[in-house]
Amino acid sequence: MAEIDKLNLAGTKAKGQRPYFLADKQTEQVMSITMALAMELSVARERIATLECVLEQKGVLTRDELAAFKPDADEVAKRSQETQEYLARILRIIQQDKEELMSNEPTVEEVQEKLTQGNT
Amino acid sequence: MATKTLPSWDVITKHDVFADANHDEVARLNFLTHLNVHLSANVLPGVKNAYETQVKPEFIKAQGHEPENRHQLRAAITQNHTFQMWSALRRNTMEMRQQAGRAQVLRQIEDIVAKVEHYNEGADTLKLDESIAIPENVGSVDIHCQPGCYYTEYFENDVTVAASYDLGLFVTTAGLLGALSDGGGQAVGKWLADNHPDFQPKRILDIGCTIGHNAVPLAQAFPNAEVIAVDVARPSLRYAHARAKALGVNNITFVQADAENLSQYQDESFDLITTAMFWHETSDTAMPNILKEINRLLKTGGLTLHLEQPQYQGMGVYEQFIRDWDTYYNNEPYWGPMHDLDLKDMLSKCGFNSDDLFETGVVSLVDEKIFGKREKGDAGEDYGRAPVWNAFGLWKK
Repeated sequence: MAEIDKLNLAGTKAKGQRPYFLADKQTEQVMSITMALAMELSVARERIATLECVLEQKGVLTRDELAAFKPDADEVAKRSQETQEYLARILRIIQQDKEELMSNEPTVEEVQEKLTQGNT
Repeated sequence: MATKTLPSWDVITKHDVFADANHDEVARLNFLTHLNVHLSANVLPGVKNAYETQVKPEFIKAQGHEPENRHQLRAAITQNHTFQMWSALRRNTMEMRQQAGRAQVLRQIEDIVAKVEHYNEGADTLKLDESIAIPENVGSVDIHCQPGCYYTEYFENDVTVAASYDLGLFVTTAGLLGALSDGGGQAVGKWLADNHPDFQPKRILDIGCTIGHNAVPLAQAFPNAEVIAVDVARPSLRYAHARAKALGVNNITFVQADAENLSQYQDESFDLITTAMFWHETSDTAMPNILKEINRLLKTGGLTLHLEQPQYQGMGVYEQFIRDWDTYYNNEPYWGPMHDLDLKDMLSKCGFNSDDLFETGVVSLVDEKIFGKREKGDAGEDYGRAPVWNAFGLWKK
């Protein structure tokens, strides 16, 4: 087999120009990096959960045990719930923006105007 | 409110040529599955709201009327911040899924290729043909942002793109295609058994089979039938053949062929001709050429049946627009044009008696023991991704 660059092949782009959606490219790239970090944190959290499971069950820890651990149905359900909570936490700004757009709330300046009867 | 929990990606059936997954790889794919569901269930409704409360009123103010079609709507909404944020997140999630799957496959690609070669060696049920060119509709961009599409080989006998496709379908559909991602093919089998129990096809043709995930359940539903599964993509066919063998299915011949020209098969030589989520990856040239071939190859009394997402006709402008997202932002250039087609007209132009056209709803069939019972609204309304299809077809009289 010819030598291949697995690291770069894994992350290579799909053929076709990539559309960008946000105000500028850098903002979207920061988002992309942030979401990749979010995933890696999720992975780390799962690993800790696994560690706890194994520790609880056996009192002894080996790397093989950690790698081989398969969560049971209850644990899968618990993690599914926790992952949803985790997503809600890191995407809070999107939820709040949606709430704000669905409401009709004043700005602080408008409230200030009202509270000071325009004397500021 | 109790949230419905999702199955772990780890419930997926690991057939013999399937990529192994270590602890962190499973965790990564589970995160991406949850992220897909979160975006469709929690973020996408905000886009609808932004359209109704911001984009539409501004459009009406400027134009004096609502957007008349999805193109007008798209032109108006692309500057909306809520739409931009959801789109950027969705696009990025797909790119993350591709990288995760490819990294998982590439770290063990030598082992996977060795297993595939073991199953394929000397088999007369895998017919590759180096003279088959990649058609324009497959080669112009990497379809659904899958780097390398279905056909790229990074070394001799490579199956990277196919092995990554196999493990990722679960992530994109939140498991709703089942443990073998074969809910579509299984649904076709069940539909035939329920509605046409006497129909026992002897020869079946599956066009655009990719990794054979829908051909396998058909071959299992009709174990005495000879199934021919064609595709242009060599790595996918290699992997598909080994995958079918690993699942104990021996009545499928995988053939590298361009369905626009299947002259190696005689007129009226198939009883059943199927596709699954295929037509939107063709073109205005390829689609009629392939339909004409189907008409030529189908026996009188035979059935041709196709799983697709529903046509746009009669659908609200916003839903059309959301379903059309993949056209522009997920490298599916023919998705929109295909779903705009008048199927009756198209079939008629290709020689079929279009009065015989029927359409029916088909829902992915999965093991409820693992996945739980499907409920309406599961995974949000992830337009264009939900495994709820419009099946269309006709019996040749």
